Amino acid sequence: MASLDITLSHGLRDVRLELTLEVGSETVALVGPSGAGKSSVLRAIAGLLRPDVGRIALDGTAWLDTATGVDAPPENRSVGLVFQEYALFPHLSVRANVAFGATNGGLVDDVLERMRIGGLARERPARLSGGERQRVALARAIAREPAVLLLDEPLSALDAHTRDTVRGELRELLASLRLPTILVTHDFEDAASLADRVGVMVDGRLLQVGTASALVAAPADPFVARFTGATLLHGVAGPGRDGLTRVVLDVGGVAFTTDVGVGRVAVAVHPWEVAVSRTAPEDATVNHIEAPIDSLVTIGNRVRIRVGPLAGEITTGSAERLGLREGETVVASFKATAARLIQLA
Amino acid sequence: MRRLFPLILFLATFTTLAFLVVPIAAIFLRIPPGDLFVALGSDVARDALIVTVETTIVAQALIIAFGTPTAYLLATRTFPGRSLAITLVELPLVLPPAVAGIGLLATFGRLGLLGSSLSALGVEVAFTKIAVVLAVMFVAGPFYIRTGVAAFGEVDSTLTDAARTLGAGPARTFGRVALPLALSGLTAGAALSFARGIGEFGATIMFAGSLQGVTQTLSLAVYEQFDVDFDTALAIGALLVVVSAAVLLTVKLIPSWRRSTSLFPTVSATSASS
Repeated sequence: MASLDITLSHGLRDVRLELTLEVGSETVALVGPSGAGKSSVLRAIAGLLRPDVGRIALDGTAWLDTATGVDAPPENRSVGLVFQEYALFPHLSVRANVAFGATNGGLVDDVLERMRIGGLARERPARLSGGERQRVALARAIAREPAVLLLDEPLSALDAHTRDTVRGELRELLASLRLPTILVTHDFEDAASLADRVGVMVDGRLLQVGTASALVAAPADPFVARFTGATLLHGVAGPGRDGLTRVVLDVGGVAFTTDVGVGRVAVAVHPWEVAVSRTAPEDATVNHIEAPIDSLVTIGNRVRIRVGPLAGEITTGSAERLGLREGETVVASFKATAARLIQLA
Repeated sequence: MRRLFPLILFLATFTTLAFLVVPIAAIFLRIPPGDLFVALGSDVARDALIVTVETTIVAQALIIAFGTPTAYLLATRTFPGRSLAITLVELPLVLPPAVAGIGLLATFGRLGLLGSSLSALGVEVAFTKIAVVLAVMFVAGPFYIRTGVAAFGEVDSTLTDAARTLGAGPARTFGRVALPLALSGLTAGAALSFARGIGEFGATIMFAGSLQGVTQTLSLAVYEQFDVDFDTALAIGALLVVVSAAVLLTVKLIPSWRRSTSLFPTVSATSASS
């Protein structure tokens, strides 16, 4: 089992990158807002950026070790890096692009076929669509037979329609390669669907690393919760009835959660956990927030609804049945088991 | 008033064009074209042509050989003194040619900075073909280097980074990515440098003299011949006009070549699928 070990400390323009990460034969997604230093991590691994302090090793062999002065040039690191805008050589044909770094000339045609770009072999990159360019960039990286795969925002240059298709293809490819892979994205959905583990990076630091479902189930930080799509209700927590935690919300009212906490907290609620009704329902839900509807946005077969501080998602059918209008007062409900508590400092 | 302004613009443009074109046309109109060819067959013209071709080939080859790596380094590396280095490259562009000539004499002349050591080794530079080559390199080389720095600077560093991560060392990255992408800019630079080199006069006449068959280039021969044999001077002048126009045309055509590279695959794609 391959293992890529990374320890970095590097001063970027605005933030200091501090990161320790071990990647086995798996895909780890680094997600976070732009400027968090995600791409710099990839550049450091590839040898295009020399960190102030750090060690990068593949299976115990150091590519970089500032303590011993080891710093292998990029061409001596077995890395397949797919750049954000793909960086295809404009003066070379698709085939020549893929063959550029190929360790074995015979492999080129196999890779072209595998990525379904064999028919484009003689085209220049300028003639390709976004999805085709992305496949050429991946093919070029793979033809090098790298030990580590690095993908910088592999889907961001694509339109929404192509993106869904390419995301599916990429997931299959990553599963078949089983290489230590680091994927940088600012989109939690991309990360959740492509990666085995997701690391949330903010201001140069990794806030939390775990499976996408673990990040949703137990966000360690308000930013992580918001990134996974949750809305946050701030308040003060204390013990409540039936062993629940009672949170007095800043916006007024109280919320109950099965999580344990005390003092300043944030309650994270995901939109799919929120139910909307005209009057508070007589059911298992204990948390009810009565407020006017701020906005109603239809996305395909779902309606995204903002009720006071909460965001919910309901089906278009339910929204029509309830006859919801902006400005009307409704009740948004969620269960105590669906309310995640994040302890604030 | 409203009619007057366009009239002024038109008259000024017409006068300017006439002023620029008539002296060039006069070279060809003064004597019949056939006589121009005959005059080109004179010993003076033939010797000047040979000297010019020889020295131009050597000088431009050396300019490209030394200028290309220099331009690449100046364009891609950041180091203290980089701006100073670029300014030093640009200095000969604004220097009066006579100053270049006296500077070269003070360096390579018999009593010059390096000339005395060279002369001890039995190498005489001043007033030889070597001097013509050095004078051309000094005044024309900076045109190539300056254009080259800009051409290499326009190459997207992501592409050279990509080449490195694909296993290409610095030399292969230069040869397979940076050089092909900068080639149209470098060609334009070479054309400018060639044009400047062909027209070199001031530095050459001071440093190399004007010895027929040795250091007398076409430009120097025009000057030497105009009060001896005006027809020969005209004929050489006509030849230089043709060469210069060809260079200008080359420079003008380069950007359209670059555009055509993106059109070219369309042609090959249709032929491949048919």
